[in-house]
Amino acid sequence: MTAKIRRGVSLYSFQEEMFLGRMTVEDCVSFAASIGANGIEILPEQNMPSFPDLTDAQVEEWKDMIARHGCHFTAYDMFLDTKRRKDRLMSDDEQVESIKRDLLLCNRLGIRNMRVLVFVRPDILGRCVPYAEEMDVHMGVEVHAPWHLEHAWILRTIEEADRLNTKHLGILPDMGIFMKHYPPAYRARFERQGARPEVAQFIVDQHDAKIMCEYTIYEVAVKMGGNKAEIAMAEILRHSPFANPKRIGDYAPYFRHIQAKFYEMNEDCTDPSIAYDEVIPELVKAGWEGTLSSEYEGNRWIQDVQEVDSREQVRRQHVMFERLIADAEAKYGAKEQA
Amino acid sequence: MFDKYIIDPATLRNTGPAEAPTGFAFETRLGYYRGLGLSMVEELNVGIDGEILPREAVRFDEGPGALTLDEMETAFDRRWAFGAPATLYVERAGGFPKGEHKLSLQQKLRISYMPFPSFNNDEKVINFAG
Repeated sequence: MTAKIRRGVSLYSFQEEMFLGRMTVEDCVSFAASIGANGIEILPEQNMPSFPDLTDAQVEEWKDMIARHGCHFTAYDMFLDTKRRKDRLMSDDEQVESIKRDLLLCNRLGIRNMRVLVFVRPDILGRCVPYAEEMDVHMGVEVHAPWHLEHAWILRTIEEADRLNTKHLGILPDMGIFMKHYPPAYRARFERQGARPEVAQFIVDQHDAKIMCEYTIYEVAVKMGGNKAEIAMAEILRHSPFANPKRIGDYAPYFRHIQAKFYEMNEDCTDPSIAYDEVIPELVKAGWEGTLSSEYEGNRWIQDVQEVDSREQVRRQHVMFERLIADAEAKYGAKEQA
Repeated sequence: MFDKYIIDPATLRNTGPAEAPTGFAFETRLGYYRGLGLSMVEELNVGIDGEILPREAVRFDEGPGALTLDEMETAFDRRWAFGAPATLYVERAGGFPKGEHKLSLQQKLRISYMPFPSFNNDEKVINFAG
């Protein structure tokens, strides 16, 4: 039986090491292969210095490199520079052209999923659907915190996909929407910046109790006389939703790839913040097929005090994935394809 | 996300005649997780000991040739690649001051999906021998 949930990594995970020239793209791919995370998600605007003008030879080099490590591409992260000009926003036609440019490059690379930035308008994407169908690329709008699966803006894309009756438009969830607990890495940095431990504990407790963030922000900023770090620590709650994992099944038909966001893994290979232990069983129950693609974003929270080791963080996340997938499949059974 | 890395202090040098420098130069990297077209780099505010130097005094070169910030606004065919150093040339009579001084840089970027401009800030204390 082929595993329905596959494991992979986004090259985003290694941004610290790549930025500093300590890892090449191929080092990242080689590492991913070494932990059985064979699906590779790329950010062409990060990983391809000659973007957007890739020659056919460069495309072939990429494909050969990925294949050489026994890996395959999973997703292409697009951007849309609507503010490219200072004097005006991109016109609708220019937006469509930019997206088509990405769909074409995605197709040339042989990639079938494109991560679309969440701010892209559903009607613009609707105009791109015929070309996405021709290129056979699924355009998945990134469901990124503070949006969540049932946010009205996200529902507009789903409505557009239904209206067009297409399999080439949908969503692409970022697991940051399932932030069940306040990330210890966030808290530690705010404390280094001057947040008092008792105020930090209050914020963490409020988030654990799922109290709506505006209450917490007011308490911290006004009643507790919060300092700059404390207010910032509270305000980030606006971007820290805990969506209901039990609704994943309802939306599973609309996504084929997941950005497995995380900020820090514990030494025992558990995630202190994001509720993968609740999310993965729902994916298995839904019979979802696709790739859990690591997106490590902890570097920016710790680089002021320690060396960033993205490889170790990603390795731990995949130990967790293997365990949670196996447990869920044992409990719910991996649905066989009909 | 990369603020602390955007000034490379080891690259600071004076420009112009050694006996009478007309400015200074140093390398900088874009504090962002992808490359960006130069037209979206709105400001590169260079400061010495907290004093911001005039916008007109700054030129930028990611490789093909130096541009003023005004020229960058319409440099639609040029990109600053992820992690890639670019050189900032700053006109200042006498160059960078000798001894211990603070060099600061603020990059103001137009990131389309963000509701507000993005700012990256770095400041390095440099003991400059001239």
